[in-house]
Amino acid sequence: MLEIQNLRVSVLDIDDSEILKGIDLKVNNGEVHAIMGPNGSGKSTLANVLMGRPDYVITEGDILYDGKSIVALLPEHRAHLGMFLAFQYPAEIPGVRPWQFLKAALDARADARGEEKMSVRDFSKLFDEKVEAVGINPQLVKRSLNEGFSGGEKKRHEMLQLEVLKPELAILDETDSGLDVDALRIVAEGVNSMRSPDRSFIIVTHYQRLLNYIKPDVVHILIDGRIVKTGGPELALKVEKDGYKPYTSVGATA
Amino acid sequence: MTSQNTISRTSDLSGQEYQYGFVTDIETDLAPKGLNEDIVRLISSKKREPEWMLEWRLKAYRYWVELNESESEPEWANVKYPKIDYQDIYYYAAPKSVTEAPKSLDDVDPEMLATFEKLGIPLQERAKLAGIAVDAVFDSVSVATTFEKQLGELGIIFCSFSEAVRNHPDLVKKYLGSVVPYTDNFFASLNAAVFSDGSFAYIPPGVRCPIELMTYFRINTADTGQFERTLIIADKGAYVSYLEGCTAPFRKTHQLHAAVVELIALDDSQIKYSTIQNWFPGTPEGEGGVFNFVTKRGRADKNAKISWTQVETGSAITWKYPSVILKGDNSVGEFFSVALTNNYQQADTGTKMIHIGKNTKSTIVAKGISAGHGNNTYRGQVLIMPSAENAVNHTQCDSLLIGDKCGAHTVPYIEVRNPTARLEHEASTSKVSDDQLFYLRARGLSEEEAHHMIITGWSREVFQELPFEFALEASQLLKISLEGAVG
Ligand SMILES: Nc1ncnc2c1ncn2[C@@H]1O[C@H](COP(=O)(O)OP(=O)(O)OP(=O)(O)O)[C@@H](O)[C@H]1O
Ligand SMILES: [Mg+2]
Repeated sequence: MLEIQNLRVSVLDIDDSEILKGIDLKVNNGEVHAIMGPNGSGKSTLANVLMGRPDYVITEGDILYDGKSIVALLPEHRAHLGMFLAFQYPAEIPGVRPWQFLKAALDARADARGEEKMSVRDFSKLFDEKVEAVGINPQLVKRSLNEGFSGGEKKRHEMLQLEVLKPELAILDETDSGLDVDALRIVAEGVNSMRSPDRSFIIVTHYQRLLNYIKPDVVHILIDGRIVKTGGPELALKVEKDGYKPYTSVGATA
Repeated sequence: MTSQNTISRTSDLSGQEYQYGFVTDIETDLAPKGLNEDIVRLISSKKREPEWMLEWRLKAYRYWVELNESESEPEWANVKYPKIDYQDIYYYAAPKSVTEAPKSLDDVDPEMLATFEKLGIPLQERAKLAGIAVDAVFDSVSVATTFEKQLGELGIIFCSFSEAVRNHPDLVKKYLGSVVPYTDNFFASLNAAVFSDGSFAYIPPGVRCPIELMTYFRINTADTGQFERTLIIADKGAYVSYLEGCTAPFRKTHQLHAAVVELIALDDSQIKYSTIQNWFPGTPEGEGGVFNFVTKRGRADKNAKISWTQVETGSAITWKYPSVILKGDNSVGEFFSVALTNNYQQADTGTKMIHIGKNTKSTIVAKGISAGHGNNTYRGQVLIMPSAENAVNHTQCDSLLIGDKCGAHTVPYIEVRNPTARLEHEASTSKVSDDQLFYLRARGLSEEEAHHMIITGWSREVFQELPFEFALEASQLLKISLEGAVG
């Protein structure tokens, strides 16, 4: 599904700004990968670069999606391929209704794939269903996109989009941060219900807690732009107990 | 098919940007270029006007000549344009086949109807489906008025200005110039002297006009000045919503448009006036385009309400300040505006709210979008007279910048002569952020779609004041007008 090869990334137009320093990562169909790492280690950068954010340059390496390089593709084209990023900090867009936005997103993808657009009626039904499922106050989605949403409401709203768009590769950047227990369960249930042999997840998180609900196939530790350790679910438990210290020294001596 | 050829030539020159750039091949009845008393007389006689109307025009003409000689063309607006040679303009152009005044749509030149079709004017069936009465002004003469009969049963008069002069002289005499006198300003004087046609509406006491009244203006003949005059009167307790749409074909030379709109809202009545202005803005390099100098003003009597909503995307230069004189106690004035300037367009637009009555209330929401080398100025005046006890004004001015070569300016002017007034003023300037763009693109919207969604959202407070179909058109217009500015 996704293969990242020796990926090196800097910030556009800033010298000596390398953030990702050679990442290798392979996500097979149906797998759930968790990425953990200290603040500023490059997790969001990786997520954004996968989605094609223009602020970064790839200085070395490649990203393959279903075997084809996607580094030259625009963000919207990656979305059309079936990639999705749940943002750590979703942007606020005044005057745009969540309903209108999500319908436009679905339509754009259908257009690009030459598929038939979902009817307004079917979409409305699906939308209302999912609003309830992710536990968003229906009044909220009548407002502007993310504007005045609480931290948790923004994250629930990202889940709503994920569940409506049903991407093939979903990248969740700290979707569990700032959530109450109920919301955490909603995120977990959302992911678990969508798990399937042809859908993969990359879940960036700081908390082992989430991984109690979502059993990852693989856990990676990202420190200072490098994946310093890869293992099974037990790795997350270890981090919870000992912190990143042990890996920092590994990273330094390696 | 000359007009077909013109279409393809137009799109070669300006790409997708101006959809309405085609010229219709209809014989035009042209008066010679230039302005003098004889031209004023000619216009008046072409329209078979009564003597009093001619007299009024001549008074206006003489006043304008004085202004012109003393070089009183206004220069305070933040717009730059080459000096206009008023002797190098045609002041009268009537489509030939219409001088024999068509009795119904069947009598109208089919080519003209085809033009309306291209413009998307919902005449005939489409008008009926849309529930709109259209009074289309083609150059200078009103071509067709639909729904006249249905409206007539309610006592509503909706016709061309010329017809009103002939058939309803008492109403015209009583109200013409009562809100915008011919001495008001340079362009208003010019209009009063040579106005060609326009629309007239009268809603009798207590009647709620059941459909949106709509006028579509379009400038066709090269170098024609278009000077429409619109007069709308809502009698006591009446309600009317009026829509005005404007387009002009692609021309390399500048065209002058100096219109006057007067609204009279008598006690307890309400007038809602919506405009989508899409005159030809000039080429992306700044050649050609319409000079749009418009005076729009309304008078609100006791408990009356006047709302102006405008979406201004066209014209090389827009100079326009729809205003409300809040004369009666408890009267309400509103102004909702989105003005977009792209390439080399310039807009200096805003409003005046003049509070005279007690407990009068005004709301101003002015949004300016600047892209390319566009220059956008909001100029507003809120005047609270000593008699206006407990007047309230809320003003909100928002600017949105796209790119870094454009400009946005706000010139709010407030004068308070009664201490009980309450005024609020908010202003903001924003840019479309990279975070917003990436968020939408990551969901599959193209860069252009993303910009369009952000800008439409940003304009929502104004768009939601427009009748639904107009709101869709307005949003489409923003999209077309911004092509090339983003990406
Ligand atoms: N566009 C940018 N311009 C400048 N610096 C950047 C940019 N993007 C990321 N960085 C820097 O790169 C480093 C990694 O940032 P990133 O957001 O990827 O960290 P993270 O692992 O997601 O951290 P957190 O756990 O706090 O979310 C940080 O030092 C950050 O300041
Ligand atoms: Mg992060």
